[in-house]
Amino acid sequence: MSTVAHEHDHHHAPSGLKRWIFSTNHKDIGTLYLIFSLMMFFIGGAMAMIIRAELFQPGLQFVDPQFYNSMVTVHALIMIFGAVMPAGVGLANWMIPLMIGAPDMALPRMNNMSFWILPFGFALLISTLFMNGGGPAGGWTMYPPLVLQLGDAFPFLIFTVHILGVSSIMGAINIIATVFNMRAPGMTLMKMPLFVWTWVITAFLLIASLPVLAGAVTMLLTDKYFGTSFFSAAGGGDPVLFQHIFWFFGHPEVYILALPAFGIISTIIPTFSRKPLFGYASMVYATASIAILSFFVWAHHMFTVGMPIKGELFFMYATMLISVPTGVKVFNWMATMWRGAMTFETPMLFSIAFVILFTIGGFSGLMLGITPVDFQYHDTYFVVAHFHYVLLTGAVFALMAAVYYWLPKWTGYMYDEKLGKIHFWLSTIAANVLFFPQHFLGLAGMPRRIPDYNIQFADFNMISSIGGFAYGLSQLLFVYIVIKCALGGKKAKAQAWEGAKGLEWTVPSPAPFHTFETPPKLTKAMLEH
Amino acid sequence: MSTKQRSINKTTTILFIVTILMFGFGYAMVPLYDAFCQITGLNGKTQRVTEGAGEASPILDREVRVLFDSNVNGDLPWRLKPSVKSIKVQPGKFYDATYTVTNMANVPIIGQAIPSVSPQIASLYFKKSECFCFVNQLLEPGETKDMLVRFEVDQDLPVDVGALTLSYTFFRAKGNNS
Repeated sequence: MSTVAHEHDHHHAPSGLKRWIFSTNHKDIGTLYLIFSLMMFFIGGAMAMIIRAELFQPGLQFVDPQFYNSMVTVHALIMIFGAVMPAGVGLANWMIPLMIGAPDMALPRMNNMSFWILPFGFALLISTLFMNGGGPAGGWTMYPPLVLQLGDAFPFLIFTVHILGVSSIMGAINIIATVFNMRAPGMTLMKMPLFVWTWVITAFLLIASLPVLAGAVTMLLTDKYFGTSFFSAAGGGDPVLFQHIFWFFGHPEVYILALPAFGIISTIIPTFSRKPLFGYASMVYATASIAILSFFVWAHHMFTVGMPIKGELFFMYATMLISVPTGVKVFNWMATMWRGAMTFETPMLFSIAFVILFTIGGFSGLMLGITPVDFQYHDTYFVVAHFHYVLLTGAVFALMAAVYYWLPKWTGYMYDEKLGKIHFWLSTIAANVLFFPQHFLGLAGMPRRIPDYNIQFADFNMISSIGGFAYGLSQLLFVYIVIKCALGGKKAKAQAWEGAKGLEWTVPSPAPFHTFETPPKLTKAMLEH
Repeated sequence: MSTKQRSINKTTTILFIVTILMFGFGYAMVPLYDAFCQITGLNGKTQRVTEGAGEASPILDREVRVLFDSNVNGDLPWRLKPSVKSIKVQPGKFYDATYTVTNMANVPIIGQAIPSVSPQIASLYFKKSECFCFVNQLLEPGETKDMLVRFEVDQDLPVDVGALTLSYTFFRAKGNNS
């Protein structure tokens, strides 16, 4: 057994602040990740509120354009790297050892480090907003030459990306090392819960794509300060090259955000349909195919740079191809619900909303993937609507579902079901009021990342802003529900949900500090999906 | 050390190596991209030749129009103009064209011209034997210079290309900020 797990037997876990700072316990670190990502969700959300306030009416009302653009940029960076990714890693930390019958993560000390460098990374990023020349305002994609015009904040932006990359890569290595080496006897790869599968595949995506981003931003850094010309035409470089390298990372990143969500949904829908997941093996293969294909479609983000027709055709067809495994997943979820004894607790509601709304986001993605029409949609609000459907009503809804689903296991209490349902309906209605009109704005030609707009776009923007404020406010209810549940309520059983399958429901609620110190004896029933 | 710990260490080591290799792959994309563009002619990168090496006789019954375009990067206080807007050329024959460049600033500046050919497919068949873009150019304050480019359009230029544009953009040479 690992030396670290052994240590814990001999001395008591430190209490107070030290418990959290020095923790090597997967549950503590999972909790830290989840709380951190919730904080980031609110900071990034506050920035979104500033954006929507500015866009409430045409003209410039509250902030100057430079600050508006830095809000757009930092909102994206915080939501992607600070909210969605750490929330996914937090869930992985909490649940993967419980799901595969392992006592802890394989590399507990690295686990501690990969979490604790995150707050420093984001402190750096947020500090740039107060610097000479303002925060990064050229978009989260950091395209040169625009990003090179950034003032003092530039090196801080680059080092932030490095730190976040290092953190995520360490997290990914830990997850793979855990799943490959720490499974309880009898837990073969094809018996693993789908959440574990999607996370393993996500971890491989992280390891393959994040170092490429680190390389790209390092090139930006040397271009600016050390006289290299990777992206400078004057020195024989090419700014378009940056876009290729960036999106070689950027497209797999999309699936880094989405695949864990697929895993969550594949766990929750069977529970509340009281049926095994339809097509388990096809789900695993579909996830793997999505991951592999994601490395061959990057240029669909840059159809308008002036690519040759053959390149555009290749990337268009490759993009269309991804809808096949994604379709397999959506149909499997529907088939799982088909004729199931369904009940509609909050996690299930969020999951069903995920299936519907993520699919809408997928369809608008298909529209964007068609090269000729992309020339019209490119850099408009249609793109904004598309990726918020897949990331907010997709990834974030899945994360919300996961929190409601496993909250009884984490706290030992049931959350307030009535409030949970209110939170769900407020979120779902508000998110659609917020993002659905943006499709129309984009089709009518409203560009992204500009604080002012033509008055013809006024009505839809006002509706969208109202939805935005409603969504933002209703998330406060979520915080209240989580805190209320942590403080008390109806006691949760070990198996908190009637139809739940999996090893995590065999340990008491709340899950004790140490679990599965001796590997569990797996029965056939336990391995059912 | 238990066998489990050993196998964890092994997995971790392999994954760290993969991480480092992928970091290198990001850098490898730079020469790969250049090579890819050079071979396929994507991105309008032009070809450089030595005159007289395996030169074939020109095709007399085909004429292609070459248009000249010029740009100056916003950082550079220069003016650049082709002496003629366009010429007709026979594929397989070398021609001269000149650009006039003026330094509008009151300090000497070094500039670098970057060529590009459109349509992209034509860039594979556009060959220069001499060009002011091969080296940095120094211009004294207020100086005006005529700059030469000597080029040939290859005979294998696809028949559906009847006209092509040669475009130059002058940038301030890297590492000279005066």
